[in-house]
Amino acid sequence: MNRKKLQKLTDALTKNCKHFNKFEVNCLIKLFYNLVGEAVERPGVAVGLDRNAFRNILHMTFGMTDDMIMDRVFRGFDKDNDGTISVTEWVHGLSLFLRGSLEEKMKYCFEVFDLNGDGFISKEEMFHMLKNSLLKQPSEEDPDEGIKDLVEITLKKMDHDHDGKLSFTDYEKAVREEALLLEAFGPCLPDPKSQMEFEAQVFKDPNDLHENVNS
Amino acid sequence: MGVALTRLAQWTAAGYGTGTLEITPLNEILLKEIIIFVEHFIYDHPQEAKFVFVEPLEWKTDLEPSAFESGYIVSKTTVNSEEIDKNGQPLLFLSVPQIKVRSFKQLSQLVFIAKDTKLKEAQACIEANRDPVVKILGSDYSTVTEDSSTSSILHEITNGDDPENETKMKIAILLKQLDLHLLSYTLRHISLQIRLNPEPVKKDIELLKSFSGKGEWTVLESIDYTSDYEFSNGCRAPPWRQIHGEMCYVLVKPHDVETLCLTCSTEGVFLNGGKADDEGKIDYERKGEVYKDLVTLLKDKSAVFSENMSKQETRFNEEQQKNQTEDVPKKEETYAVHKTISGSDKSKLRKNQINFGKNQMARRLEPSLNWRTTVDFKDRKAPVKDSQEEKHGGKPEKTRTSISPGRAQLHRKSVDKVEEIISESSSESEEDEELPDHRQEANTDLPSEYWQIQKLVKYLKGGNQTATVIVLCSMRDFNLAQETCQLAIRDVGGLEVLINLLDTDEVKCKIGSLKILKEISHNPQIQRNIVDLGGLPIMVNILDSPYKSLKCLAAETIANVAKFKRARQVVRQYGGITKLVSLLDCAQNSIEPAQSSLYETRDVEVARCGALALWSCSKSYSNKEAIRKAGGIPLLARLLKTSHEDMLIPVVGTLQECASEENYRAAIKAERIIENLVKNLNSENEQLQEHCAMAIYQCAEDEETRDLVRLHGGLKPLATLLNNTDNKELLAAVTGAIWKCSISKENVIKFREYKAIETLVGLLTDQPEEVLVNVVGALGECCQDHENRVIVRKCGGIQPLVNLLVGINQALLVNVTKAVGACAVEPESMVIIDRLDGVRLLWSLLKNPHPDVKASAAWALCPCIQNAKDAGEMVRSFVGGLELVVNLLKSDNKEVLSSVCAAITNIAKDQENLAVITDHGVVPLLSKLANTNNDKLRRHLAEAISRCCMWGRNRVAFGEHKAVAPLVRYLKSSDTNVHRATAQALYQLSEDPDNCITMHENAAVKLLLDMVGSPDQELQEAAAGCISNIRRLALATEKAKYN
Repeated sequence: MNRKKLQKLTDALTKNCKHFNKFEVNCLIKLFYNLVGEAVERPGVAVGLDRNAFRNILHMTFGMTDDMIMDRVFRGFDKDNDGTISVTEWVHGLSLFLRGSLEEKMKYCFEVFDLNGDGFISKEEMFHMLKNSLLKQPSEEDPDEGIKDLVEITLKKMDHDHDGKLSFTDYEKAVREEALLLEAFGPCLPDPKSQMEFEAQVFKDPNDLHENVNS
Repeated sequence: MGVALTRLAQWTAAGYGTGTLEITPLNEILLKEIIIFVEHFIYDHPQEAKFVFVEPLEWKTDLEPSAFESGYIVSKTTVNSEEIDKNGQPLLFLSVPQIKVRSFKQLSQLVFIAKDTKLKEAQACIEANRDPVVKILGSDYSTVTEDSSTSSILHEITNGDDPENETKMKIAILLKQLDLHLLSYTLRHISLQIRLNPEPVKKDIELLKSFSGKGEWTVLESIDYTSDYEFSNGCRAPPWRQIHGEMCYVLVKPHDVETLCLTCSTEGVFLNGGKADDEGKIDYERKGEVYKDLVTLLKDKSAVFSENMSKQETRFNEEQQKNQTEDVPKKEETYAVHKTISGSDKSKLRKNQINFGKNQMARRLEPSLNWRTTVDFKDRKAPVKDSQEEKHGGKPEKTRTSISPGRAQLHRKSVDKVEEIISESSSESEEDEELPDHRQEANTDLPSEYWQIQKLVKYLKGGNQTATVIVLCSMRDFNLAQETCQLAIRDVGGLEVLINLLDTDEVKCKIGSLKILKEISHNPQIQRNIVDLGGLPIMVNILDSPYKSLKCLAAETIANVAKFKRARQVVRQYGGITKLVSLLDCAQNSIEPAQSSLYETRDVEVARCGALALWSCSKSYSNKEAIRKAGGIPLLARLLKTSHEDMLIPVVGTLQECASEENYRAAIKAERIIENLVKNLNSENEQLQEHCAMAIYQCAEDEETRDLVRLHGGLKPLATLLNNTDNKELLAAVTGAIWKCSISKENVIKFREYKAIETLVGLLTDQPEEVLVNVVGALGECCQDHENRVIVRKCGGIQPLVNLLVGINQALLVNVTKAVGACAVEPESMVIIDRLDGVRLLWSLLKNPHPDVKASAAWALCPCIQNAKDAGEMVRSFVGGLELVVNLLKSDNKEVLSSVCAAITNIAKDQENLAVITDHGVVPLLSKLANTNNDKLRRHLAEAISRCCMWGRNRVAFGEHKAVAPLVRYLKSSDTNVHRATAQALYQLSEDPDNCITMHENAAVKLLLDMVGSPDQELQEAAAGCISNIRRLALATEKAKYN
């Protein structure tokens, strides 16, 4: 990609992105193309990270492990639902990932947890997301009993209108009371440690960057 | 009968022979039963009634011979029964006033004849025949050897066919039955009426204690045990007295009567012979009636008590009701015991009695714990008991205060809190000796929370990060301030898991876990458990975390846990102090985070939490040092400039704790902290004001600091705060600060301007001791000033001050004596003190065991003697007073010695008194003290010697006791006061030629010559006089030589 194009893309994205400065956008774009690889740059074909590549990044860089959640995160990034993450989606997604406000993050997380997108996190969805969260005790008759119980506990804690499912209002209220519940049903945001490492690595000193660019 | 008589009957004096039976309800019942037995004997057992006693029962009777009718040969002064024994002796023989009776038949008849006086006769008979069984049946049946008696009886049964023996046997058995009957009867009687045991007695005393003190509304002035030691069975009486059923001895001082010394025994409460002053021995002898309990006795003895009791009644009744509900099962039990008694032998009976006591104790234990929490604020373990209460009642702490809204309660509570603060601030506190562990017992009414928490902990153990966070959040929905939940978490193994979570990399889990730990660590038991599980080092490590909210939580939890010594030690050992101090630094480079997130928080918050933890830690001496070494003081000083109360309270709290150390006080001065402390005195927050005042109190030992307080305008707010008398902790701190500040004269002038003296006088009554100590201390300092003394007198301050002389608090006594002494400098005030008998009170404080009190009292006596009208007569009126003073010269405390020397100087101004103290050997005692390097003592000793020279041959005697040579050395001291006093003493001594020689030998002349050149006129004169005496002797000697 030539410098001019990069410059233009950077400018465009910086304008639309409130959490990153120009330099950071630049770094992210460069990283994106590094990850995608030069070869893919063909006109007509959408350039981007496919599901597997993205999951790989989530796993390697941000330490996520839960396949289902990672799928959901992919969907969260892939705004246009075309199966790949474009450079725009990449920068926007990371903006939320790294710098998002609580409101943005709540909205994003709720969407991640609302598996069927009906605007509620139902008991079934919770069960689905929590089913691997407890160590199976061989002694228990019903291996799912603990999970069901956990779902009940969660509902008791978060379902303020007692309708048996979580609306966004329920969820928002619970999170505002207790920030720990933001990622209640599984980690879908980078943990602070990997986030710091990522930022340290990507947003390197501008001087280093210049060297790279010049070389 | 024997057992009943010896064990149960209430004899006035222990020991046989001299005893008389008293007319107590119990004895009356015993006698009545015996009479009934005797009356019916002739009908029930006609055969045995004829049996002739081995020895006659003999006593002095009031019956007239004329009372006897048929069956008797009656003369003017004698009566013989017609019935005679085998040897022709009459079975009843009366020779006024002695009567001898030898059979039950005659006894029965006699009782019949005696009619109305039979009770008296029976009493006289029992009194005269302490062991009737022996007299009736012979020594084989002595009750003393009761264990063997049955066997010996059996033995006789098998051996002898003698019909007489058989009757004897029957009588023996009958008597034994009577005995048992009497025992059980009286037991029932006693238990219906009274049966005290240590628990209720203790409760009564503690309850009364909480209503005692100064002031009109209290029921008593004081109530105290004579002994601090409590045996494991709850008794305080020495073991050899416990045998007699005595549990403890109490000294009660009602408002209107003299101090009463009472014995609380199982039979009731009665007045004993009192406590001997000197040896602390108690005369155990009973001196009055037996009352069923303490309150009844006191109501009878003290009118004020009974009046005030009725005022307090509503509250007291409430407590009593609880008491009574406990009593009900007890009574039932007593009856149960009776059933087992009937028909059983004695050993069994005794065993039952023991069990009976135990059952009672066991039954009482449970409810009494609950009960006591409402009264027993003094107890350090109170929090645990609170929790007990909560455990049983499931009620939060609020109920406690609502049950007992009495003024007395509030009073005490605040006092204790202050006391704790004061005692802790000085050094390592002792509070941490391990608390009893209250594990919840399985299956005993466990609340539903317990099971819910158990389930949550199970998931906590087996959950991944997501589940853990959910469970932790859900756990926080329980009322973690409630002990049930706190202990439930621990008892199901939750603490281990929570602490383990802190050791993981999962920040969210750590946050969640700390949020719970922070709450439950308010519980003293949990604090100990956390330390035992090694939680502190992990938390200390978390202080290094990059996430500020995590740091805060860890610091806050540490602040909670580090409430006891061992925990504070651990924090220090793992480098926690340095890390906490560095948290204080955070506020410095504060770029506030753009947005709040889970992991971020404000820097100020971090600093606040750090200060909070340091505050807890600063209660240990080593930690204070560590904080200082870690550079904490400048940081604290900087934080002190903020205006957030949340921040200021822990910061000032820490400073106040640390100000007990000299190093800190210097640093506090250097860091200009005083200015900010003064500023915060004007805060709206009472807690903050309290800590500031407390810190000033600690720091104002230093003169420069006192000036700083004044310069920064701190005296006015202090004076203003005196008017806030509701908050006793604050008042104690403020009065403390005023006390210390008033050591500087300039400050006193300011206080006078602010009318603080008047206010202080107003605080002399109705205040807890902690406040009083400071108020009186402040007045003592203020009264060094003439004008203030006038103010104190005019405000009527002298009376309450003198009243305080009877207290027992040592710190208070030291201050009161000083204040009274200061007032006594004013002749007008002295008149009042004298009228209130203050001098006598001061004098009796010379007997106080504490040397500081003794010394202070002796100092105070000096101006009293100086200014009292007819002082010599007054001093003589104190019987044994002069001997007491002279004997104090044997003390080994320099301050006591100095003060007593000063007192002696004043006493000796009166010739007659000087003669008396000379007789008591004041000269050798003073001489013995001469070898000292203490300038204060030297001065007063020299003055005393010079005074005492004025009598008889005391001058010579001082020489003989080798006091002169050491005195000469005093002239080498650097203190002019010593010089003056010594020169005067030497001048007096030089009237005796031998002393002159000694002085000369010790090169006194050269030293005295220098003194003549002193600007001090008195010194000049004395030195010159002495030299002239020496010189005159030399001239006389020379003259003698030439003649």
